[in-house]
Amino acid sequence: MKKVYGSAAEALDGLLFDGMQIAAGGFGLCGIPELLLDAIKEAGTKDLTFASNNAGVDDFGIGILLQSKQVKKMISSYVGENAEFMRQYLSGELELEFNPQGTLAERMRAGGAGIPGFYTKTGVGTQIAEGKEHKDFKGETYIMEEGIFADLSIVKAWKADTTGNAIFRKTARNFNPPAAMCGKVCVMEVEEIVEPGELDPDHIHLPGIYVHRLIQGEHEKRIEKVTTRPAA
Amino acid sequence: MPWDRNQMAARAAEELEDGMYVNLGIGIPTLVANYVGDKDITLQSENGMLGMGPFPYEGEEDPDLINAGKQTITELPKTAYFDSAMSFGMIRGGKIAAAVLGAMEVDEKGDLANWMIPGKLVKGMGGAMDLVAGVGRVIVVMDHQNKHGESKVLKTCTLPLTGAGVVNRIITNLGVLDVVEGGLKIVELADGVTEQEMRDATEATIV
Repeated sequence: MKKVYGSAAEALDGLLFDGMQIAAGGFGLCGIPELLLDAIKEAGTKDLTFASNNAGVDDFGIGILLQSKQVKKMISSYVGENAEFMRQYLSGELELEFNPQGTLAERMRAGGAGIPGFYTKTGVGTQIAEGKEHKDFKGETYIMEEGIFADLSIVKAWKADTTGNAIFRKTARNFNPPAAMCGKVCVMEVEEIVEPGELDPDHIHLPGIYVHRLIQGEHEKRIEKVTTRPAA
Repeated sequence: MPWDRNQMAARAAEELEDGMYVNLGIGIPTLVANYVGDKDITLQSENGMLGMGPFPYEGEEDPDLINAGKQTITELPKTAYFDSAMSFGMIRGGKIAAAVLGAMEVDEKGDLANWMIPGKLVKGMGGAMDLVAGVGRVIVVMDHQNKHGESKVLKTCTLPLTGAGVVNRIITNLGVLDVVEGGLKIVELADGVTEQEMRDATEATIV
């Protein structure tokens, strides 16, 4: 089966529809599927729900889809760096479901692993727990959280072979593997596509079974907070 | 004289023991890394890294290598990378010995609020709820009072909670308090701070 496509737009062809839920990899601006986000903006798909740890910044990442009013709801743990997000949220144009970061990651992992719900002690006694099932195990209270089953996953890896076996680089791995797992279809963008056999099978972070479509492209890889130490 | 930011960080560093895996939050907690001395401490960054190194030299920043505060960092020989699900698996699973984090409010039951001010500040909890629920020991480092001179060490938190009954130790500019049965216990006073000054600045019950 051919997985490699010529562009982000081609790779998303036939997969986008208004009102869909998309799980996106990335943490801050690190390891985000920037080419696929650009293509979704271009496609103009509306009323999107994004399960994504962050919402980008005003002009990069998911922020560009907020600017174009394509996002209906965000499921995120932290949205602090995005002024347009805050404006839309405070004016009621945008829905926001806060998930603790680990709960969001596990909801994606669980969805991908066929687990519809799980219990966690994260958030017990906080407003996150309101309306959720509580259950005691060995004298401790836990709340039930549900797995995420997204219509589409969009993720970014460093390298992949043409079958989708993928390797991530440093902390750009973050939410990408769990996001990739939880979608009905997963589209991945990478910096370099190689032939099968060129990657050591022992070094694969995400097996190609989770990846349905693949593109290679140039990435801006913007840094959110350049922080350095004085020269020695 | 109450402690300054660096003295608070240095005091928090005394809490860390050789061999510990530790998560440091943003702000004063980040400074704790400067005071661990010869102790073998491994820092976790919850975006997916154990063995966090110092900030890079100018020109050596790598967009693929950031900490949980989105700042560029470096790796060490002992560094390991992993995805977010595994990262919070080790946090939730109790593998991280301690977390040092900031707070807007703490109270005498060990409740902690540090993620939102309704109607004003809506940024999100990030990984803080997972950390306080999962790590072995939660150490809060913060100023004892807010900029209006009001106590941040309360009988009951007024802001939405990050965790209920999760705080073990509170380190402020005035000293060190432990959450114990019935309230807070003074463990230590900053140099020149009297017990009365500590009590006057604290709304919570001191036992």
